[in-house]
Amino acid sequence: MSLFSQILQFLLTGITIGTIYGMVALGFNIIYNATGIINFAQGEFVMLGGMFMVWFTTVLKIPMIAAFALSVIMVTLIGALFERLAIYPLKRPSVLILIMITLAGSIIMKGSAMLFWGKETYTLPHFSGEEPFYLFGATILPQTLWILGIMFVVVIILAGFFNFTMLGKAMRACAVNPTAASLVGISVKKMVLLSFALSAALGATAGIIITPVALMEYDRGAILALKGFAAAVLGGLGNGVGAVVAGLLIGILESLGAGLISSGYKDAIALLVLLLVLFVKPSGIFGVSEASKLKEF
Amino acid sequence: MLRLLNINTFYGEIHVLKNISLHIAEGEIVSLIGANGAGKTTLLNTISGIINARTGQIMYNNKDIARKSPDRVVKMGISQVPEGRQIFNPLTVLDNLKLGSYIRYRRDGSRKIQRDIEEMFTLFPILQERQNQLAGTLSGGEQQMLAIGRALMSRPRILLLDEPSMGLAPLVVTEIFKTVARLREMSKTTIFLVEQNARAALKLSDRGYVMETGKIMFEGNARDLLENREVQRAYLGKEKKPIWE
Repeated sequence: MSLFSQILQFLLTGITIGTIYGMVALGFNIIYNATGIINFAQGEFVMLGGMFMVWFTTVLKIPMIAAFALSVIMVTLIGALFERLAIYPLKRPSVLILIMITLAGSIIMKGSAMLFWGKETYTLPHFSGEEPFYLFGATILPQTLWILGIMFVVVIILAGFFNFTMLGKAMRACAVNPTAASLVGISVKKMVLLSFALSAALGATAGIIITPVALMEYDRGAILALKGFAAAVLGGLGNGVGAVVAGLLIGILESLGAGLISSGYKDAIALLVLLLVLFVKPSGIFGVSEASKLKEF
Repeated sequence: MLRLLNINTFYGEIHVLKNISLHIAEGEIVSLIGANGAGKTTLLNTISGIINARTGQIMYNNKDIARKSPDRVVKMGISQVPEGRQIFNPLTVLDNLKLGSYIRYRRDGSRKIQRDIEEMFTLFPILQERQNQLAGTLSGGEQQMLAIGRALMSRPRILLLDEPSMGLAPLVVTEIFKTVARLREMSKTTIFLVEQNARAALKLSDRGYVMETGKIMFEGNARDLLENREVQRAYLGKEKKPIWE
């Protein structure tokens, strides 16, 4: 295998995994924009999506497409329930308390997943066979195309939702100025609930499409959340385009680092990027520093 | 139409509104004047439900709305133009107006909403020119017009206006006040106007209330208030002249 096709291979792998980081980062942003909090349970939504999909297809023998929809619905309900039980009852909570709550939520979700599914690592059949095709000596799995395609569709749907529907605009209004939003009759609490449901659905989708190539186990949430968070920060917290681009960037860096340096450093690369961004440009590559000064953290 | 009875509002332990009672009849323009920190904005926010009164009643068409959430209050027909405009900066002018109709877009459908947007454009022609611009790029006066337009898009029965003249050039202020007067002629909206610019506000109004450190000090006919010596001295910038002069 020539160096060129090797690098191409690393790039392709990086883009695949980076897509997932980008989707996790988008999930962070949706909740951050509506509530100003970082939902550390975001990674658990991804894990739950994958685990439900495995359970529905292999244990309950539900056909793929139905299982996909059911898994997303289940995780969306869990996200909404989490908001109703843990976030909604609070009156004027501080940011620190909210962070503790999402951390606690993440631990509870992880623990429940372990009790329910055990500690095994699960896999899923690829969506459309495992026969790879070749591009300049690099192999592409059909699942990679599925991942890219679904991410593309999801991003288009989200962009359409936030820019062209009244509900999406209301969510943006809520993010900009909750008081003014409530004065035009938008129920801020409903928008917070919606943001949790939406980002849970997004996380679940990411988990489902990644499981065939990356496998899934009960404690995968934390590392996915960490890398997604790194992508969200790198792209500038709250910035949708930034999240996707930064996710891809981190995925590519990680894959190149693992391939060209050592796979042992794979997980360290996202952290390194996160630290560098926080030191050098805390507002992220797409963030505006004036805007980030106004943020609480 | 709207009647406040012994409203007491607190920020933590700070007693901001002390036994406020006032009323606004249908079709009236009533203004509330007072110095900075008198509690005028707090009063509007208490009506809108952003802050809840600790005791007292807010009767609106014989229903107590004192502990309703802001979105419910808007749905019942009371819309506030908040202090400092508070428009949605990163959204377009058109989107800001559309969001103003949030409570009724599903019920009324886009055609009716579109007609109301046209109406706002006749009221504020400059907004039509700038409809695709981001709201944050508008000048202060234009932002104020947008904020008023956004509040009107919910088709309120009562419009609460919080310091529409704040931070604007005198010419723009005149224009805003003219619009407020025109609003009543056009749509018969009841208006509760909170202002520091006491003279302009009272000239426009039927009745007025004067507020000082959380209490209503004077109330009455706007013309009488304009002639009241105490009010003149404290809010209209006229020196109290000795009686023997």
